[in-house]
Amino acid sequence: MDEVAKRIADIIAGDDVVLFMKGTRFFPQCGFSSRAVAILEHLGVPFREVDVLQDPEIRQGIKAYSNWPTIPQLYVKGEFVGGSDIMMEMFEGGELQALLEEARIGSAD
Amino acid sequence: MAGIEEEIRRRLAEALAPSRLEVVNESALHAGHAGDDGSGESHFRVTVESAAFAGLGRVARQRLVNAALADLLAGPVHALALRCLAPGEDG
Repeated sequence: MDEVAKRIADIIAGDDVVLFMKGTRFFPQCGFSSRAVAILEHLGVPFREVDVLQDPEIRQGIKAYSNWPTIPQLYVKGEFVGGSDIMMEMFEGGELQALLEEARIGSAD
Repeated sequence: MAGIEEEIRRRLAEALAPSRLEVVNESALHAGHAGDDGSGESHFRVTVESAAFAGLGRVARQRLVNAALADLLAGPVHALALRCLAPGEDG
């Protein structure tokens, strides 16, 4: 594993819910990232955000890490869940809530 | 590259033999925003219905689309909103 992949693995292992995004939760710099934040905030889930615009290595590295060419990317308990379209589809179907509950994350803690 | 929208259609038709394929160029909605390169072909919304998606999870489905469009996503296409359906699923 190269150095960037190791950094990413450490970040993902460090929190139950990690969102790689453009900008911050307060100032998202892209509509897709903004939507991903809105979903997580609506669910009241604590999450760590990683602003890839502040770190070009991570910005490129995260695409290779999960073989996923776009940002945002959501990870739950170390597993890649998907981007904003998948988050929205799962949210609408109640699957995202179920996944987070299964992982024992959120207000029930 | 000219005709990005056509190229997206061509690639997906070839890779996935879709029973339904909608490619909407939403670039005008993003004119002047971050990611707008002025080309008028940077932001797309794509709906694909294909038997190739049957039995696959959401991530695997999008990976098929992303693979078919890899160089476009690494280049002129800045944003791609995707909906991947198997035949018979609600769209």
